[in-house]
Amino acid sequence: MTRPLIEVRDVGRVFRVRSGLLGQPKRVVAVDGVSLALMPGEVMGVVGESGCGKSTLAKIILGLLEPSEGEVLIDGRKLSGMGRRERAQLIQPVFQDPFSSLNPRRRVRDIVALPLAAQGGISSAEVKSRVDRMLERVGLDPSMGERLPAQLSGGQRQRVAIARALVMRPRIVVCDEPTSALDVSVQAQILNLLAELRREFGLSYLFISHNLAVVEHVASEVAVMYLGRIVERNDAESLFRDPRHPYTKALLASVLTPEPGLGIPETGLGETMPDPANVPPGCRFHPRCPVAIERCAQETPSTQKGDSGLVECHLAAPA
Amino acid sequence: MSALLEVEDLEISFGALDAVRGASLEVRRGETHCLVGESGCGKSVTALAVMGLLPSNGARRAKRLAFDGKDILGLDEKGMSRLRGDRMAMIFQEPMTSLNPAYTVGSQMAEVLIRHRGASKRAALDRAAELLARVRITSPGMRLGQYPHQLSGGLRQRVMIAMALMCDPELLIADEPTTALDVTVQAQILRLLADLQKDLGLAILLITHDLGVVARTAHRVSVMYAGEVVESSPVDRLFHRPMHPYTRGLLSCVPVPGKIRRDQPLGSIPGMVPHVTRGFEGCAFRQRCPLTRPDCAGPIERRHPDPDRDYLCQIAPNEMAAP
Ligand SMILES: Nc1ncnc2c1ncn2[C@@H]1O[C@H](COP(=O)(O)OP(=O)(O)OP(=O)(O)O)[C@@H](O)[C@H]1O
Ligand SMILES: Nc1ncnc2c1ncn2[C@@H]1O[C@H](COP(=O)(O)OP(=O)(O)OP(=O)(O)O)[C@@H](O)[C@H]1O
Ligand code: SF4
Ligand SMILES: [Mg+2]
Ligand SMILES: [Mg+2]
Repeated sequence: MTRPLIEVRDVGRVFRVRSGLLGQPKRVVAVDGVSLALMPGEVMGVVGESGCGKSTLAKIILGLLEPSEGEVLIDGRKLSGMGRRERAQLIQPVFQDPFSSLNPRRRVRDIVALPLAAQGGISSAEVKSRVDRMLERVGLDPSMGERLPAQLSGGQRQRVAIARALVMRPRIVVCDEPTSALDVSVQAQILNLLAELRREFGLSYLFISHNLAVVEHVASEVAVMYLGRIVERNDAESLFRDPRHPYTKALLASVLTPEPGLGIPETGLGETMPDPANVPPGCRFHPRCPVAIERCAQETPSTQKGDSGLVECHLAAPA
Repeated sequence: MSALLEVEDLEISFGALDAVRGASLEVRRGETHCLVGESGCGKSVTALAVMGLLPSNGARRAKRLAFDGKDILGLDEKGMSRLRGDRMAMIFQEPMTSLNPAYTVGSQMAEVLIRHRGASKRAALDRAAELLARVRITSPGMRLGQYPHQLSGGLRQRVMIAMALMCDPELLIADEPTTALDVTVQAQILRLLADLQKDLGLAILLITHDLGVVARTAHRVSVMYAGEVVESSPVDRLFHRPMHPYTRGLLSCVPVPGKIRRDQPLGSIPGMVPHVTRGFEGCAFRQRCPLTRPDCAGPIERRHPDPDRDYLCQIAPNEMAAP
């Protein structure tokens, strides 16, 4: 059997946040008992509402944040025991905001070269040629290398971020909302580029987005997060065709497809908003769930595994 | 009956930058008119110009700008401020630009009614609570006493809507009211706006760059590109038979749930929006347009494929192949 490229085992992360002047510090449960596996060549989409823990999970997988519990294995090896250089050769990030994730005082060329320079032992001629090739590959003229990030458009900046991630030839790229700050026409250019690069370099992606249509377009597997937990997971085709968890159903029903005449859907979710500092007992979704029964408020549903998917709900069967 | 809001040939400039170059649109009572287009195409400044709220370095000219049949182009600041918040109200792209962090939700909402209608504080607060309930905020009494930063993004946006409704406006301009929100909250807020429109006969000018929002809320759509309205159409025909090459490109860019072909690239528009400065001639889309031809660099004709639609392009409707 092939080994997963990323294996997340029961990972949790709690933040302690001080609230008010004399309040007790609050425990914010950002990620809670998450397990997942990314197989080579796959694109795992992670979806869920703002604050459900997507970025926290991404940072843990990138080794930028320590988990409070559980462990992450990259290519079969423990992330916690891995050095920075070794990690950089395996896994690289592309973040949402190209405006803040690029150093504003450095030229594009130096930004892209930085991961190579950090490795050491590569001649400057080699660095230059690899940077030029990578800039060209992401659709930037090598002369753009002399510019500062402020002199580029949002889409061009995201291309720089992609070039920086790929110049090391990693095997995994973690994309956290890579197109959320971009216009739809630029989003399409970037998504097409990511798809080409994946084929060309044999990459695997962890792809985080709150745009479900984008995830449906790029992902082969999808994990749905709610208040820090993965409440449903399946291959993309099945998940979008046949969602099982009531939250997944509500999420998919809320998507406004560009089809006139269909009106605006009723989500059935009510007014309460999820609060990671105050995770409800029982099923954490029950205060908003349109089909909740008494049991949901008392008993935490266990993870049910099916042929292809998993789901956490008293009333749903896994796919 | 004439439209509630009439904008004809609006031009907005900031120094040498021509941000809007001859935009025309109308919003009727009970109708949602969506203004759609990419970042920087001039949507927000168009709205600000209508409200008389352009920043001081911006200049506005128009052939006609009328509200309820009366000219507002010549209105002084005093006259405009009497209209604003009263007969026409706006929800801004940045909620925090119109919510003052130093005052409670209640006092900010009440202030609108006290200023425009001379209402008593008590009556104004009652009205505020009623509207918070109307935008389906639970325990409105408590919310009135809270400060903006104590509310979630979704709640803040509802407060903005409630505040805009304090004086029963006839026209509501909403600039990206749901862009920063989750899809579930977005659906809730757009439903709310649609319900309010039905109950109150509101005219809504809704600014967005989300084609899903456009399809589901608009009666009429104006597509902007580089400061011009390049296409204007009833919503169903815009989606079923887009005319302008830019509109066509835009529609092909978005993945449509249920019609996704994972093995195929998305449609895309190559290149970038050009910088348009004074003296620019021809079609601003021509460097990116798959159909461009030499005369696209000259003056462009506005075409009328149907009596109620138009688009700005050198190619006549009968020469334009089906998309
Ligand atoms: N450094 C931190 N300190 C305290 N709380 C944090 C920190 N980072 C994240 N959180 C909290 O953890 C929760 C999950 O945040 P996270 O950024 O992972 O969500 P997300 O799913 O990425 O949301 P979004 O879609 O808005 O980006 C939130 O409640 C957030 O406020
Ligand atoms: N105060 C200002 N001074 C100078 N230029 C401005 C000012 N406000 C806007 N502009 C310019 O006018 C043009 C139109 O801006 P506008 O804010 O209307 O865009 P928009 O269509 O609302 O974009 P977005 O979707 O990003 O909100 C842009 O080129 C912008 O840079
Ligand atoms: S005028 Fe010419 S360049 Fe512009 S959209 Fe029409 S065909 Fe394309
Ligand atoms: Mg995030
Ligand atoms: Mg704007």
